[in-house]
Amino acid sequence: MSLEMRPVPLAERLLVLPVALAQEKSSGDHTAVSGPHFFQIVSFKWHHVQEPYIIALWILVASLAKIVFHLSHKVTRVVPESALLIVLGLFLGGIVWAADHIASFTLTPNVFFFYLLPPIVLDAGYFMPNKLFFGNLGTILLYAVIGTVWNAATTGMSLYGVYLSGIMGQLDIGLLDFLLFGSLIAAVDPVAVLAVFEEVHVNEVLFIIVFGESLLNDAVTVVLYNVFDSFVAMGADNVTGVDCVKGIGHVRIIEPGFVFVISYLSYLTAEMLSLSAILAITFCGVCCQKYVKANICDQSSTTVRYTMKMLASGSETIIFMFLGISAVNPDIWTWNTAFILLTLVFISVYRVIGVVIQTWVLNHYRVIQLEIIDQVVMSYGGLRGAVAFALVALLDEKKVKEKNLFVSTTIIVVFFTVIFQGLTIKPLVQWLKVKRSEHREPKLNEKLHGRAFDHILSAVEDISGQIGHNYLRDKWSNFDRKILSKVLMRRSAQKSRDQILNIFHELNLKDAISYVAEGERRGSLAFIRSSSTDNMVNVDFSTPRPSTVEASVSCLLREKASSVCLDMQALEQRRKSIRDTEDTVTHHTLQQYLYKPRQEHIHLYSRHEIIQNEDEKQDKEIFHRTMRKRLESFKSTKLGINQPKKLNKSHKRDRGQKRVRGVRLGPFTQTKDVEFSDPEENYESLHMDKGVDFLANVTKQNCTDATSGIDNPAFSADDDQSIYMKFPPWLSDEDSVVPSQRARVQLPYSPNNFRRLTPFRLSNKSVDSFLLADGPEERPRAFLPETTHM
Amino acid sequence: MGSSHSMPEEIQELADKTGFTLEQIEHLHRRFKQISGDQPTLRKESFDRIPDLEFNPIRSKIVRAFFDKRNLRQAPDGLADEINFEDFLTIMSYFRPIEMNMDEEQLDHFRKEKLKFLFHMYDSDNDGKITLQEYRKVVEELLSRNPHLEKESARSIADGAMMEAASICVGQMVGPLWVV
Repeated sequence: MSLEMRPVPLAERLLVLPVALAQEKSSGDHTAVSGPHFFQIVSFKWHHVQEPYIIALWILVASLAKIVFHLSHKVTRVVPESALLIVLGLFLGGIVWAADHIASFTLTPNVFFFYLLPPIVLDAGYFMPNKLFFGNLGTILLYAVIGTVWNAATTGMSLYGVYLSGIMGQLDIGLLDFLLFGSLIAAVDPVAVLAVFEEVHVNEVLFIIVFGESLLNDAVTVVLYNVFDSFVAMGADNVTGVDCVKGIGHVRIIEPGFVFVISYLSYLTAEMLSLSAILAITFCGVCCQKYVKANICDQSSTTVRYTMKMLASGSETIIFMFLGISAVNPDIWTWNTAFILLTLVFISVYRVIGVVIQTWVLNHYRVIQLEIIDQVVMSYGGLRGAVAFALVALLDEKKVKEKNLFVSTTIIVVFFTVIFQGLTIKPLVQWLKVKRSEHREPKLNEKLHGRAFDHILSAVEDISGQIGHNYLRDKWSNFDRKILSKVLMRRSAQKSRDQILNIFHELNLKDAISYVAEGERRGSLAFIRSSSTDNMVNVDFSTPRPSTVEASVSCLLREKASSVCLDMQALEQRRKSIRDTEDTVTHHTLQQYLYKPRQEHIHLYSRHEIIQNEDEKQDKEIFHRTMRKRLESFKSTKLGINQPKKLNKSHKRDRGQKRVRGVRLGPFTQTKDVEFSDPEENYESLHMDKGVDFLANVTKQNCTDATSGIDNPAFSADDDQSIYMKFPPWLSDEDSVVPSQRARVQLPYSPNNFRRLTPFRLSNKSVDSFLLADGPEERPRAFLPETTHM
Repeated sequence: MGSSHSMPEEIQELADKTGFTLEQIEHLHRRFKQISGDQPTLRKESFDRIPDLEFNPIRSKIVRAFFDKRNLRQAPDGLADEINFEDFLTIMSYFRPIEMNMDEEQLDHFRKEKLKFLFHMYDSDNDGKITLQEYRKVVEELLSRNPHLEKESARSIADGAMMEAASICVGQMVGPLWVV
């Protein structure tokens, strides 16, 4: 929703006056009220600025409509956004048509290819989850390229065949026209599909396949379209086999060289050289995603993201507007029942056939099989959308005589697929899923062993190397690490992203633990209470906390029903037996902390909003709350020993984690960035006078740090943000965190000889500070602070 | 790959012994070479070359399983220091999918082999039994990426799971009785 708010006020301010003018103009056309002098000025200006004003007006209305639309979440869940846009387009088209009795716009190739299409494609590429995409690239390519070609060819041919049989009546169409039509109608629209998939929560493999397919087949479609278009232009007689091959050859050319140019330049350059511009821009987006984020500061990164979303959304809106307008324009309306019906039938049938065949072929090669339900979703989810319509509108009437027929058919197809299929796919999937899943809660053993099996399997996959993928990937990540990253990313970003990430993870895991410990102290998690209270946290929790804060968090947790199951239920379950509580807590703890193998991630992508990870807000909330709590505990229990603030070069606590990340992090001694000194030492130390103030400042800073991208993957074990591809919750090897302001702040040096929370490090490997007793952990006071650069 | 081409009988032997097809063996051979750095044998350290494996919490157990002599069918216990390609294949063969053309007995045997492999992985002291301690270790390792999870929590989870299993069969988990 916030996305929409921004363009609206601006646009509003810009348009307040011209709207008045516009209205006056439209009425002015039909009446001769105004004097000629005034009328002339107005009319001259109107024609001069007609186009942009109408576009802006449309966007304004669309944005308003979207806001209203999103206000009602019930509606959003049922109706896909594309459907709304179409209806809106219809509505507006009706208005414009009623007002002007003319179709005020035609979609020109220039406008489409240079202004409307690039944002959409770039947006999709930018937000594409990289690893997943490239991991499944083979599958995606197969579906995208071959699937689209198959769909186009079969649809075109069948329609031609039917035409020959005469059912359609007399039409002035040739085979090529049919092929052309087939190619543009085969384009599955990513937006519509994703809008649906958002709610359906399919597994990530399916998601990335469909998403990738829809993205790439835009490219394929456009290329096919161009190919056939030029064939049509040349006339059917002149087409030779050579041309066919040449045309198809375009599809295969992906120029990685262009990827690194600025997105739009890459697009244009590719256009210049007659290469596949869409693919160029897609991959540019994919690469940009990684490097841009590391190189630019927070605000700019956010700006880029939002701008991209806005542009893409705007483009989409405009295209659907055109659709709506064309729909109500009776001049171009040609109805041919047979053609339309048959088109619908053919595209559905051939899609199903195509999907089934390809899946059958692919399942021989894939480790993860695609099941029936996946295939159903893929076939049924083949919604056509904006691109198809745009392409058909671009057809040259002189070359394709029956353009109007095509346009009308396309409109109907788009309407049908988006509205009907869009609305029904969710219930369909839910019905299918419900049929297949069992609702038995798996036992502890099953969970554990199941998880162990997953790990083993993924380990063996890694060891065995999936069909050369890993080899390429390893090579690429080596290359990336050694060369590209150094060149394209700021040094600080490289180093800090991992370490800060870990620190944040630790911090928040720590919060989680202390939260559980709190609950334990309140007596509801009795079984966790250990005999050795040395291990328990030392901060005095007995200071009364404002209960409102807790209540808010618990309410937050309850209503969000997120992946974090911090046993708030356990706190309520005093009535239940200890046994039940134990079980629940155990399950919840397990669910939260059990390491997940890398394949279990759900990705959310939306053309229309940047999905704020719900957990993020909640994590921040928890985080802030814990920070506040700590401050209070400090204030109440400080022993009066003042420690001067010192800059601190701290050792990386969790060397185990560091080592695990392999070569990625440089040897520790090289780092010059300040990291948090062991955070819990800070917080558990009971003598921090200035520390308290300092922390207070830090907390305040943090609170205002709205969109710094604080990433708490520890809590987002199940969900993921759209732009992040996360690995195991607390270890991500992608740069998902830009160091926030907090990270750049230096924490005071924390002296030694205080008791701390010492959860045992469970793995023997790491030299984790938590394990070591106070002795070796004593940091010499003479430790000189190092300056930081960040 | 040139070396194996000159010895097709060996490959055939391997194929018969482990049940892989020729292409699979070739693929695995390539992978073996990649992991071992063109050495004829693999050591534990070689597995460090696989970056993705780093993230796996039970990595040590899995790698260990490769060197476990019980899995290699060489001895009732102990660890080998290095394994050659044939051993590598032997271990990998545990992960072959069940084929349609197996009969009951083969299927049964196959499943047992897989279970035994897993059992060996859990049974770190090689005594043929999984004690509570060992079970706890496994659970801890599964949760080990989280440095803050208190040992008590992990322990209680393991206890809970053990008790659950105990409700099905009593006492220590002995190989043949292990119900998953």
